[in-house]
Amino acid sequence: MILGKVQVPASVKAGEPFEVRILVQHPMETGFRRDADGHAIALHILDRISCTLGGKEVFRVELGSGMSANPYVAFFAIAAQSAELAVEWGDDRGDTGRATALVNVVPA
Amino acid sequence: MRLVALAAVLATLACAAQDGPARPSPLEGGSEFQGAEIRAMQADAFGNPGMLWVDRGAGLWRSPRGARELSCASCHGADGASMKGVSVRYPSYVASLGGVVDLEQRINACVTGNQGAPALAWESQELLSLSAFVSSRSRGMPIVPDPSRDMDAAYARGRAIYFQRQGQLNLACTNCHDASWGKRLLSEPISQGHPADWPAYRLEWQAMGSLERRLRACYLGVRAEMPPYGSPDLVALEAYLARRATGLVSNAPGVRR
Repeated sequence: MILGKVQVPASVKAGEPFEVRILVQHPMETGFRRDADGHAIALHILDRISCTLGGKEVFRVELGSGMSANPYVAFFAIAAQSAELAVEWGDDRGDTGRATALVNVVPA
Repeated sequence: MRLVALAAVLATLACAAQDGPARPSPLEGGSEFQGAEIRAMQADAFGNPGMLWVDRGAGLWRSPRGARELSCASCHGADGASMKGVSVRYPSYVASLGGVVDLEQRINACVTGNQGAPALAWESQELLSLSAFVSSRSRGMPIVPDPSRDMDAAYARGRAIYFQRQGQLNLACTNCHDASWGKRLLSEPISQGHPADWPAYRLEWQAMGSLERRLRACYLGVRAEMPPYGSPDLVALEAYLARRATGLVSNAPGVRR
């Protein structure tokens, strides 16, 4: 279970873009580093984050070793009606995590 | 004439030994020396990466460990509200432990003594998460060091280390953090060296770290031998820094370059 969280505004207007912010705890080891004893530290990367709004995919990103530890990702989405926003992430070792937030849409 | 001068020097030294620590003026906690983006990141309750450790710590706080199946919450309450104002008075003299300990050592004493579990390793995710959680309960509170007379020995030891030149660069803490704060060391501004926002997330480490880790990094910086984690020297230095930072507001978990 990889810890992370998602944040959306308390309420959004129908049809207007709102910001979705995602922060995930992950070491993002590049595989190029060595520890104090000179042994290689194995690659360990959070390589995917995807997001659905009301069951429909609205955002997906593939991350690589160039991303810093504890990735922070933000993007804008538009909602027509109130729905659950679900974010899922996973790393190259099969660990996954999930967070949800309710998008509360008020009339524009 | 020489005698008079010597007497004056001795009197100054005696005064310095008895007085509180020499403090930079105005006192600036550390985030003032960071760029605008870093300050914004620290102030942002969602975007501050240190909050991930606080969240994880909140979970660990409520999960039982050790032979007695006790969680931190079993004694201290589920929300950790009882920890408000605790981190800002550490390092502290703890009579039951017979000495001066810092926050991480106090947590570990509880883990081994009360929960009956093996000690958490220094800089482990578990210990950092718990110390971040406990420290975050005191966000916005001023540093109020333990005034106990039992702290005096540790304080004096910490003070001696603070003014002791060491390492291949032959620098004491005071040479940078009293004499040169606000100036630049390569691309980085030199801070006043206060502990108020620690434990903190350091971008260079890409991780949360304890104040001891930060102090060890300074030892490395002047190319001196790093004291081991939990050594009396590091705790004493923390005790000196706490008194020097009296009144500074804690924003733990801080964010630093």
